[in-house]
Amino acid sequence: MTLLDVSFSVNGELFKVQVEPRRTLADCLRHDLRLTGTHVGCEHGVCGACTVIVNDAAVRSCLLLAAQVDGWAIRTVEGLASGEQLSPLQQAFQDNHALQCGFCTPGILMTAQALLESEPDAGDERIVEVLSGHICRCTGYVPIIKAIAQARDVINSGRQKAR
Amino acid sequence: MKLPPLSYHRAESVEHAIALLGQYQGEAKIIAGGQSLIPMLAYRLTAPAALIDIGRLADLATIRLDDQGLSIGSLTRWCDLQGSVEIRKFHPLLHDAIGHVAHYQIRNRGTIGGSLAHCDPAAECPAVVLACEGEIMVQGSNGTRSVRADDFFQGLLETDLQQDEVITSVKLPPWNPKRLWAFKEFSRRAGDFALAGVAMHFEMIGGCIAAPSIVGFGVGDRALVLRATQEALASNPPEPETIARAVSIARDEIDPPLDPHAPPDYRRALFGTLLERAVTEALGRNRGPMS
Repeated sequence: MTLLDVSFSVNGELFKVQVEPRRTLADCLRHDLRLTGTHVGCEHGVCGACTVIVNDAAVRSCLLLAAQVDGWAIRTVEGLASGEQLSPLQQAFQDNHALQCGFCTPGILMTAQALLESEPDAGDERIVEVLSGHICRCTGYVPIIKAIAQARDVINSGRQKAR
Repeated sequence: MKLPPLSYHRAESVEHAIALLGQYQGEAKIIAGGQSLIPMLAYRLTAPAALIDIGRLADLATIRLDDQGLSIGSLTRWCDLQGSVEIRKFHPLLHDAIGHVAHYQIRNRGTIGGSLAHCDPAAECPAVVLACEGEIMVQGSNGTRSVRADDFFQGLLETDLQQDEVITSVKLPPWNPKRLWAFKEFSRRAGDFALAGVAMHFEMIGGCIAAPSIVGFGVGDRALVLRATQEALASNPPEPETIARAVSIARDEIDPPLDPHAPPDYRRALFGTLLERAVTEALGRNRGPMS
């Protein structure tokens, strides 16, 4: 099988890789780039664990080929914190016990991050709707919804102060 | 499972995609959003020799509204359709249906053309295109042609699309604002495929139901135009007896599959309930302000 040359950025850093055409973005991130923060669950787009941000939209990285994202900008869970400083969203997850085993968490964080960037005033109902694209077997979802709503409020109050 | 080995080509134009399809003689698949195709590959339900990526052909991602109706480029993503002011204002049935398509993360990638080409029996979009007598515009080595929805959807994951053809757009005739309409589906989890659903519209003329269009999905090998059900409603006043008779006819007219998700009898009962709710909701629009 001919390998394809693909280059794209992950969390602002440019990567060049050679991949088999059938390589999904999820496997490329984990195996080729060793960015194992993105988790792979069902591998057919149902569980949401592999969700990353591609060109500012939350998408399933198991339903994208690495070859398709040539030249695009990817963000993964590794890009959320600055060093040891958690992002407001990550902090809210910790504060609200919005994770237990943590397997689904990277995907949920990336969905919530994309949502709060594109819809800063997303209401609780909208959060629930968007979260329906993820499966979490530990939390019962309620703390996750609380955490995303808290992050929304923290980010928005920060914005108001900045004005 | 990991995807089967295959080649990958990025099409530079629709013509380029058609030429590549021709070279592979039916062994290649078009990939756009990939939100149905990649799961199919992961399940190894299909194993084409090559994928031809049309995902960057921006010309195919347009929404146009004129006196001929709505023309939606095949590469238009669900998220863009959902955000379209034109569709919200001038095609309420389509707008409502889009809200039921998959999840947020899938809607960011999945395209309308992909859904039509995939022809899943439980998908929302083929049902709406059928209910609105839409046409699918396709382009191949022999030029372009327009296919009526009724002729396009042929069976389980089967369409009239020939091996060197690409869907370029879908056209929906102008929406008649006098229509009363409803879209109802039931799935166990928000965003999952519907166990059953109905897309419908009709008008009220002289106190009677006129020009009913009733399409069921998830209740056959493809979205089904329910002609006997339509006849049962047409030219009748919307009394409870009329609706009850139509519901009973619809339960017989659909052809639900035997699959692990729900037995046929369950789907027949469910579909009747959804149809009854849909007719009631549509009639409700006759009085109050349109939602």
